[in-house]
Amino acid sequence: MTRVLELEHITKRFGTVTANEDVSLHLEQGEIVALLGENGAGKTTLMSILFGHYTADVGTVRVNGAELPPGKSRAAIRAGVGMVHQHFALAPNLSVLENVMTGTEPLWKLRSDRAAGRAKLLELSQRFGLAVDPEARIADLSVGECQRVEILKALYNDAEVLILDEPTAVLTAQEAESLFATLREMAAKGLSLIFISHKLHEVMSASDRVVVLRAGKVVAERATKATSKEELAELMVGRAVKRPERPPARPGAVLLEAVDVTLGGKGGASLLGISFKLHAGETLGIIGVSGNGQTTLAGLVSGLYPPDGGALLVKGQTPARHDVPHAIAAGIGRIPEDRNVEGTIGDMSTWENAVLERIWSPEFSSRGVVKRAASKAATEAILRDYDVRGATVDGRIRLLSGGNMQKLILGRVLTAGPDILVAAQPSRGLDEGAIAGVHERLLDARGRGAGVLLISEDLDEVIALSDRIRAIVGGRLSPAIPAERANAQLLGLMMAGDWSAAEQIEAEAPPHEI
Amino acid sequence: MSLLFDILSSVGMWEAVLRIATPLIFGTLGVLLCERVGVLNLGIEGIMTFGAMVGWLTVYSGGNLWLGLLAAAAGGALFGLLHGVLTALLGLSQHVTGLGITLFASSFSYFVFRLAVPTASSPPTVEPFRAYPVPVLSEIPFLGPVLFNQTAPTYLALGLVAVLAYVLYRTPLGLAIRMTGENPHAVDAQGIDPIRLRIGTIMAGSALMGVGGAFLTLAAFNSFFPTMVQGRGWICVALVVFALWQPGRALLGALLFAFFDAFQLRLQTVVDGVPYQLFLMLPYVLSIVALIVMARRARVPQALMQPYRRGER
Repeated sequence: MTRVLELEHITKRFGTVTANEDVSLHLEQGEIVALLGENGAGKTTLMSILFGHYTADVGTVRVNGAELPPGKSRAAIRAGVGMVHQHFALAPNLSVLENVMTGTEPLWKLRSDRAAGRAKLLELSQRFGLAVDPEARIADLSVGECQRVEILKALYNDAEVLILDEPTAVLTAQEAESLFATLREMAAKGLSLIFISHKLHEVMSASDRVVVLRAGKVVAERATKATSKEELAELMVGRAVKRPERPPARPGAVLLEAVDVTLGGKGGASLLGISFKLHAGETLGIIGVSGNGQTTLAGLVSGLYPPDGGALLVKGQTPARHDVPHAIAAGIGRIPEDRNVEGTIGDMSTWENAVLERIWSPEFSSRGVVKRAASKAATEAILRDYDVRGATVDGRIRLLSGGNMQKLILGRVLTAGPDILVAAQPSRGLDEGAIAGVHERLLDARGRGAGVLLISEDLDEVIALSDRIRAIVGGRLSPAIPAERANAQLLGLMMAGDWSAAEQIEAEAPPHEI
Repeated sequence: MSLLFDILSSVGMWEAVLRIATPLIFGTLGVLLCERVGVLNLGIEGIMTFGAMVGWLTVYSGGNLWLGLLAAAAGGALFGLLHGVLTALLGLSQHVTGLGITLFASSFSYFVFRLAVPTASSPPTVEPFRAYPVPVLSEIPFLGPVLFNQTAPTYLALGLVAVLAYVLYRTPLGLAIRMTGENPHAVDAQGIDPIRLRIGTIMAGSALMGVGGAFLTLAAFNSFFPTMVQGRGWICVALVVFALWQPGRALLGALLFAFFDAFQLRLQTVVDGVPYQLFLMLPYVLSIVALIVMARRARVPQALMQPYRRGER
């Protein structure tokens, strides 16, 4: 084996914060190494040093034995290191080919050789099974396709070492699966890869070797075959992490009932006649591959859109109006699917984000004037009770990590004491410790007597939290099965639209539970 | 109706369209370049005034006409450098900086003008560009005098449209410019410095604005007065939106505006009983209408007005 990449004794400090301390790491040709660590463990900083975005205080980076000059990303590209950023560095209005070709030719060349660029792109796309249309506009592509373009961009620069920063953070489960197939293919063809992740199942299924980073230091290195999810989880968090257990449900009255609701898709797939009941004190899990109507369903229950047909009954009654203020007043709390877009306003302060949803309540304003002291005190209480770290009441909320932002949103929703809670993809992008925290809060809400509508594409999460589970497929809901009967295989069938087994199970269940 | 026909069929009318459009073409291409790289340049009104003054002053003090245009370009580029440093390097508000440059450049132009000619009661004149009939082509009936009996800077403006379109869409530099206007992070990740690219492009765009201004003093008229740009710069900013940030459409937009302007001038002289101010309004009203129609389909450069700072998202 040849050693293609070697990081030796890297130390990087930002002021008093040590992001990386004496980190050493190597990569052999044709190998896939997972860099595992919680958010804030220093994974991204380490890779940014490798790629020349930051300069290490101490330590060296070698590619194929030659030392890289620090702080020059052009040098890393020339040496054959490519980075696929977590936030895509793409131009939405330009074509795939244009995005890929930028910066690959001398700037003052009189004519850009598009034909050659196109040929090279198509050749790469064929060799690695990354199908793209070179002339397509980036804005018209799905997230998964955008990522393909990002990878192709690195390959186009003749990268032999590829670094992927949390490549699945924005992908659906299926897209992630196909990505990992591609990565294995690339490794088999001689490329060497490092992918950064905090998701254990990915690391277990896609890597040859795992390097665990905690608080800026390498705490362990394991061959993937010789380790287990449990061991890795413990190494990563530094203590044994247990997701909370679900106590038995004590279902009460029906809080929310959909009767044959149809709704044309609003930025998502349409709902084609769905019916379900949500009881007090229970969690109804909606499992499904993204793009099957989840976003529309969450929007419907949150009050964003009224149903086109059928009825949505809240506590047995049709709401006077289907809009957000009425939904909130009726006791519906929402954890939005995309916390950065719908959940928070990045450039506003933590306290403003914490109270904005209920700014008209007498608690936070009177006669059109905001009660700043009360608002800030309430925010302070959320930060304390929900263990939101790194946040100040007056600081901009975009500076928070995903996990802490989600804790704040949970705190904001749950302190209002909702009767119905819509949780859309509540643990997407969070690390193991944060997921356990979110799950605990959702179970608490249910224990308090709230009805929780959990919309998720994570099988483990849905099975762990839900009392009953329905699959959403093409805008329709499957029959409900009790969580005790659920397993990956059955849910997989349900998500694929085969509901015969589920129908049978539902028929066996006592009628009041449907 | 025959009145309208008389206006529309006169060679003079169409010849004027191209003449009126020339400074707009220069200015619009300048703004277009700046915006393609992600920077709004509201300094244009002032930079055009400065270009008009510098161009005129160069010729007035004995330089030849082409040297005048060159000086106007250099003067524009200098203000472009200032705008670039303030907005691209220091990340200041592009609106405020641009308006500041317009105010400063306009007043500064008048100041320099007064220093140069302290006593004149009527503005001193220079010998401007004369129409240059292109051999053979200008003999074509109707089209000949309209298209091929213009001043040299007009030919230059038309040629620049093609050159700029080629640079933007066919060269690596143009791709890097467009990419910077869309996502400077991506450009940086490929090893090109988006801040230097922005400053350079703003300077080039501002140079074009300067030349556009100089056309007024060295071809359209033959003297300088401080209010002569008369909002043409603002029209260019609007025309870029109308053009959907494409050079070919920018030419079309400039010609369209110029057409209405030439048309209303002639209407003023033949229609009685309507206040002439109403006719003056015509091109502006119509450009707002055109803007509404076109801007709905606009694909705005995604990083327009967003300062780029390394390491921040």
